[in-house]
Amino acid sequence: MANLTINIAGLTLKNPVLTASGTFGYGTEFSDFIDLERLGGFIVKGTTLHPRQGNPYPRLAETPSGMINAVGLQNKGVAYYIEHIHPQLASLKTNVIVNLSGSCIEDYVEGARMLNEVETIPAIELNISCPNVKAGGMGFGTKPEMAAEVVREVRNVYRKPLIVKLTPNVTNIAEIAKAVEDAGADSVSLINTVLAMAVDAERQRPILSTVTGGLSGAAVKPIALRCVWQVYNAVKIPIVGLGGIMNATDAIEFMLCGASAIEVGTANFIDPTVTMKIIDGIDEYLDRHGCQNVSEIVGALKV
Amino acid sequence: MKKYITDFKVVANEQLSDRLFILRLTPADGSHIAPCRAGQFAELRVDDEPRVFLRRPISIHRVDYDANEMWLLIQRAGRGTNRLACLRARDQLNIIYPLGNGFTIEEQVPDMHYLLIGGGVGVAPLLETGYQLKQYGARVSFLLGGKSCAEIAQVAQFRKVGNVYITTEDGSVLEGLDCQRGFVTQHSVLKEGSFDAIRVCGPGPMMKAVARLVSSWKQNERPHFCEVSLENKMACGLGVCLCCVEDTKDGHKCVCSDGPVFDIKDLKW
Repeated sequence: MANLTINIAGLTLKNPVLTASGTFGYGTEFSDFIDLERLGGFIVKGTTLHPRQGNPYPRLAETPSGMINAVGLQNKGVAYYIEHIHPQLASLKTNVIVNLSGSCIEDYVEGARMLNEVETIPAIELNISCPNVKAGGMGFGTKPEMAAEVVREVRNVYRKPLIVKLTPNVTNIAEIAKAVEDAGADSVSLINTVLAMAVDAERQRPILSTVTGGLSGAAVKPIALRCVWQVYNAVKIPIVGLGGIMNATDAIEFMLCGASAIEVGTANFIDPTVTMKIIDGIDEYLDRHGCQNVSEIVGALKV
Repeated sequence: MKKYITDFKVVANEQLSDRLFILRLTPADGSHIAPCRAGQFAELRVDDEPRVFLRRPISIHRVDYDANEMWLLIQRAGRGTNRLACLRARDQLNIIYPLGNGFTIEEQVPDMHYLLIGGGVGVAPLLETGYQLKQYGARVSFLLGGKSCAEIAQVAQFRKVGNVYITTEDGSVLEGLDCQRGFVTQHSVLKEGSFDAIRVCGPGPMMKAVARLVSSWKQNERPHFCEVSLENKMACGLGVCLCCVEDTKDGHKCVCSDGPVFDIKDLKW
């Protein structure tokens, strides 16, 4: 039994396995299948200052080894989350992290200010990478100056660990990561979904109501690994890796490329117990490789 | 209701027609099948088909607790269901169940008469619904529609539970049954029959036509309790991915977890 505990951005995780926002609801949807308290933490559904109805149907296209979604941040808003949802999660002995998104800097700042006041929220993941909203979202995450500005403004009001979630839909993700590090981010998580599209050839129409959406699942893993590796070589802050992790081996690959922790996303849809298998699998791998601490494999890729 | 993820073993795969088949399943480890409500569904993992990534949501057709079997009536509609159609006895299948809310059963009003209307593969949840209603002392009739008689599945099974009325678009008939030409909304039982509540599952246009008809009835003359079971593409089946929404009077609702059954009064139809 190796020590699986890891510290990212001042946040202590009992193991490096988190769940990705938008794939795990508010956690309780999975409590019939797994012990939520075994997780290093979970990141709740993307939340915005004001409630959002999200995009019209159809929002889903299945693709080889993946899926494209166009949900568009459907949620009831930060105030509703704090008042009605978080109280049900606050006593869980794991990290319940809130994913915060916005369509303008003022909304990000106000949302972060409200979440900063809730003692039992240990950290936020700032989403500057959602490809499915018209205003803001990914728009903030594709230019280094814009990304730095939103992080700097949020940093002014948010005192706890701040993880910034990055989009892969850029020419140079390391440059964006460096910009948010310099602006005060404690950690970066990557990658959000890959901008993608699916077509119904017979009907000669796009499958998604929004035409384009975000690709996730096993199909994106090679892109995500490349991004984590590039960012690991560019920044000093810890990295949370995600994108197509389906099993423990995938998770270990991310850690070898430099991720201190990982998030499991789309795999939760196919196997709601997969996170438990990943925790056990990492443990088994560390034993097999004679590691005492999980931190030993972070960035241990032999190049 | 508690949800489970369980490996099932195929007891039999019965091909009903080119497109329809029934998987009879039992838990591979010999455990008892969990309680399922009428109208709930299961998410089936499709193995050995690399182009299928997500599970497939399938209505629970029947749960025979004595035989410890769950029956799924499935229509071949693409790669996932085509792969499921190839399963043979003793093959295994990973299933998450029971999911969704299910049809309302007025347990406190035992002498109600329910009319269960189905079309195509949409007849699937109505068999278990009929059995559960009868268990609570309700009366059950079925109104089943199809292009022809050959397309209406499981008629003999439905007849074990209640009266069966049929409509066919081509006018074909089944011996001993009240078969009428046309769509389900044109069957005379809808005008003349005495029933208290309606439950519907079938193609979208059929359910919308029934909903329009029920809404047009005068409140004191005909029943207005009408629920429909919707279908949608799903990723999770648990209400977390928010992909399978229906736009209701109360905003976007997940077909998988807020539904699949909705009261027509709550829909924007």
